[in-house]
Amino acid sequence: MSTDYTVTETLDVKGLNCPMPVVKAKQATDDLDTGEVLEIVATDSGSMSDIDGWAGGTDGVELLEQEERNEDGETLYVHFVRKTQ
Amino acid sequence: MSTDTPDSGPADDADAAGDAESTAEEIDPAEEIDPAELQARIEELEEELSAVKAATDDGEKSMTIIATKGSFDMAYPPLILASTAAAFGWDVVVFHTFWGLDILHEEKSRELKLSAVGNPSMPMPNALAALPGMDSVATKMMKRRIEENGTATVEELIDLSLDTGVDLQACQMTMDLMGYEAEDLHDGVTTDVGAATALEHMADSDVQLLI
Repeated sequence: MSTDYTVTETLDVKGLNCPMPVVKAKQATDDLDTGEVLEIVATDSGSMSDIDGWAGGTDGVELLEQEERNEDGETLYVHFVRKTQ
Repeated sequence: MSTDTPDSGPADDADAAGDAESTAEEIDPAEEIDPAELQARIEELEEELSAVKAATDDGEKSMTIIATKGSFDMAYPPLILASTAAAFGWDVVVFHTFWGLDILHEEKSRELKLSAVGNPSMPMPNALAALPGMDSVATKMMKRRIEENGTATVEELIDLSLDTGVDLQACQMTMDLMGYEAEDLHDGVTTDVGAATALEHMADSDVQLLI
């Protein structure tokens, strides 16, 4: 994981499915200031494509990184999104 | 023959050059366009183009969904698409008409049923599915699956849609037809709207769906 940014807030959407990770991510970024970074932790495998699509199609947010992590036998899909405006 | 070649070569070239010149001369008159006129036309077209761009690309996308179904499974697609589009920053209207109105009805939205009959996804023959109580069984099964899967409930999706700025509209004509009152609906639902309101938003929308 690159470290050229600092996570401001972490959003836990583990156990939630479409459309929740995207909608909650949107609500959480609304509460951020420009330049701040939101970490989204999901268990929904569809969130990899959905968060990418959402960030790409939405003004004011930029997808920095996505990663798959294994934690206690559970696959986590972690996304880092920066608020750009 | 080999001695002819050097002579005839240049001669042919000269002829060819002459032809090219005369062709150019023939085209010339047609190309005599007043540069000022051309410049004016370019400016005129550029102006038109920027007007079209301004009219079509206002930076914000919009979507209109017409929700016409009131079965449990059909409540999901409009609400999921609407709340997701709102997360994209789109301007979203869901116009609920006929059975789609039940999705907005506070009591009925909790009692939406999945139809067991004619549902190819149900693991039972239609003759059995038609028995009394089978819709409730099918709905209960689906609700359990939804809970286990971490999928939001219809009520959560309605709240989420309203929270994210989706305009959930209730067709007034169907309200009157079904005998529903505004206070029967979820708080925040738009009432006193008709087909013209829906059409107006549809005409301006990038995405229009009938569900």
